[in-house]
Amino acid sequence: MTTATEVMKPPRTEVGVLGWLKKNLFGTWYDALLTVGSVAFISVVLYGVTNWALTGAKWGVVTTNIKVFMVGRYPYSEIWRIWASIGLFAVMAAITGVVWRLNIARARRAVTISWIVVSLLTVVLLAGFGENTPIPRVPLAIWSGLMLTLTLGIVGIVASFPIGVLLALGRRSNLPVIKVFSTMFIEIVRGVPLITVLFIAMLMLPLFLPASISGRLSNVLRVMVGMTLFSAAYVAENVRGGLQAIPKGQYEAGRAVGLNEAYVMALIVLPQALRAMIPAIVGQFISLYKDTSLVVIVGLLDLLGIAKAVTGQTEWIGTQKEVFAFAGVIYFITCSALSYASRRLEKQLGVGER
Amino acid sequence: MENERSGASETREMIICRDVHKWFGDFHVLRGVNLTLRRGEVVVICGPSGSGKSTLIRTINRLEEHQKGDIFVDGIELTHDIRNVHAIRQEIGMVFQHFNLFPHLTAIQNVTLAPIYVRRWSKDKAEEVARQLLERVGIPEQAEKYPGQLSGGQQQRVAIARALAMQPKIMFFDEPTSALDPEMIKEVLDVMVELATGGMTMIVVTHEMGFAREVSDRIIFFDEGNIVEENPPDKFFSAAKEERTKLFLSQILHQ
Ligand SMILES: Nc1ncnc2c1ncn2[C@@H]1O[C@H](COP(=O)(O)OP(=O)(O)OP(=O)(O)O)[C@@H](O)[C@H]1O
Ligand SMILES: [Mg+2]
Repeated sequence: MTTATEVMKPPRTEVGVLGWLKKNLFGTWYDALLTVGSVAFISVVLYGVTNWALTGAKWGVVTTNIKVFMVGRYPYSEIWRIWASIGLFAVMAAITGVVWRLNIARARRAVTISWIVVSLLTVVLLAGFGENTPIPRVPLAIWSGLMLTLTLGIVGIVASFPIGVLLALGRRSNLPVIKVFSTMFIEIVRGVPLITVLFIAMLMLPLFLPASISGRLSNVLRVMVGMTLFSAAYVAENVRGGLQAIPKGQYEAGRAVGLNEAYVMALIVLPQALRAMIPAIVGQFISLYKDTSLVVIVGLLDLLGIAKAVTGQTEWIGTQKEVFAFAGVIYFITCSALSYASRRLEKQLGVGER
Repeated sequence: MENERSGASETREMIICRDVHKWFGDFHVLRGVNLTLRRGEVVVICGPSGSGKSTLIRTINRLEEHQKGDIFVDGIELTHDIRNVHAIRQEIGMVFQHFNLFPHLTAIQNVTLAPIYVRRWSKDKAEEVARQLLERVGIPEQAEKYPGQLSGGQQQRVAIARALAMQPKIMFFDEPTSALDPEMIKEVLDVMVELATGGMTMIVVTHEMGFAREVSDRIIFFDEGNIVEENPPDKFFSAAKEERTKLFLSQILHQ
């Protein structure tokens, strides 16, 4: 009796492609059935689409009109201003990436301020001043194409976030007037479809506002206001959900160290609530961005509006498939970019890890 | 003359509660509590669950509001005036049963937050002081970690450092060790003993009778919303007068 314990080899595991296939795709008979069915379906669809895209499709409608899709009626002589804006943002994005990657704490505030300045600069650059200046005025009313889609999306997101946070705080306020106003605003807006809000912004704003003001508001601006307020109500509900998840002990610990209510909210409660709600809020932003396509209904020419207009020209009759496939790809790319950014942000802030 | 003045400030009461009542709805939690704490005194409060111990100390720094009676902290009356409330909260450091650290901030950020935003210290100064405090509670090497990455005992010591960072004159501890695993209790009690022997005025709600015996000046038995009996430790354990105190003592000492 020499060996008391046997040295054991680890149990063999199925490795390699076949092992993986067997385990994940053909584990049971219904797995196998599903696998075969899905593969067949995907092949048929892919074959049809690829075949059409490579042989049948007339991509000329996209390449010829690419500028129209991108910037619509923005004067072609002024397109450099758009490039300049894109360039500015690219530079800012690069700087931000470097500062955050290298964790340069001192530079963060400067970067944040620069973002605000650059954004304002871009607005001025794109909109321009008077007639005889180097950057003549391009009225909002003629912004169109992808540029309009992006503008509505960005303005809606950037403006609805702070408004939504304020509404969420207002709904929890001790002051009855603020509380009632916030609650009513949120509930009314959430009870109405976006289309209705857009029609109200277009048609009914003139009824509330004096003609001298409402006459000056371009359709684009009205739609912006409508979309922003609409989105703000949903952001507010998300933020409220986040606020409710913060335990009472956090407020008490903040008060006990001497922080006043505003600091408790701004330094302790909101940061935690917003972090927890990033996925939901970004989801809301993505749907806001996609919903910008509804502005066609009130006569604005966003990417989809332009697409419709192009396919309506006699020259391009019968090219709807190509044009809408192209628009779909653009939406897909921009939405993916948004959700990618959200995942990066979540990771950066360590949601779920702490 | 000079003697008299310094004498007055030496013996000045840090906390006075006179006939303090509090109700939660119809439930009478505090039933006319009278309590006086002198500077440097360490008082342990014990008593059955639900008797109102937490409510009493939470009332003194206005985490709960009392409805009747007077409370003075270091000569400041606790009123509805928000300035008084803030002044009193800055006199008192509070340590909770469940630590209540800010989970989105590192240990050192937890400690520096209030000094930076309330005392308006520079970040550098606040961090320097915070590092000294983390050193004092024995966890200087954990400064950059988040609460979720620390053990319970370490979290509670960060919480003590956070409270001390505001340089309070009084410290409240609400069952600071009862959420801790047994092997971590001592490391927290050691910090509290060090504070007590260093002259801090303290109210400690706890059933750690070893701690009470070692450092407290007075032990208060609290039941049904009021003080039943109070005595210095030697007398408290051996010469309890009230039946309720004896019963309670026999329960906790024979666990
Ligand atoms: N916010 C509140 N609303 C209503 N009742 C409360 C509230 N907080 C505490 N109570 C009640 O008041 C009583 C006293 O509570 P308190 O937490 O002060 O007891 P305690 O002596 O600290 O008990 P424990 O040893 O369990 O911590 C309990 O009956 C409790 O249920
Ligand atoms: Mg308690």
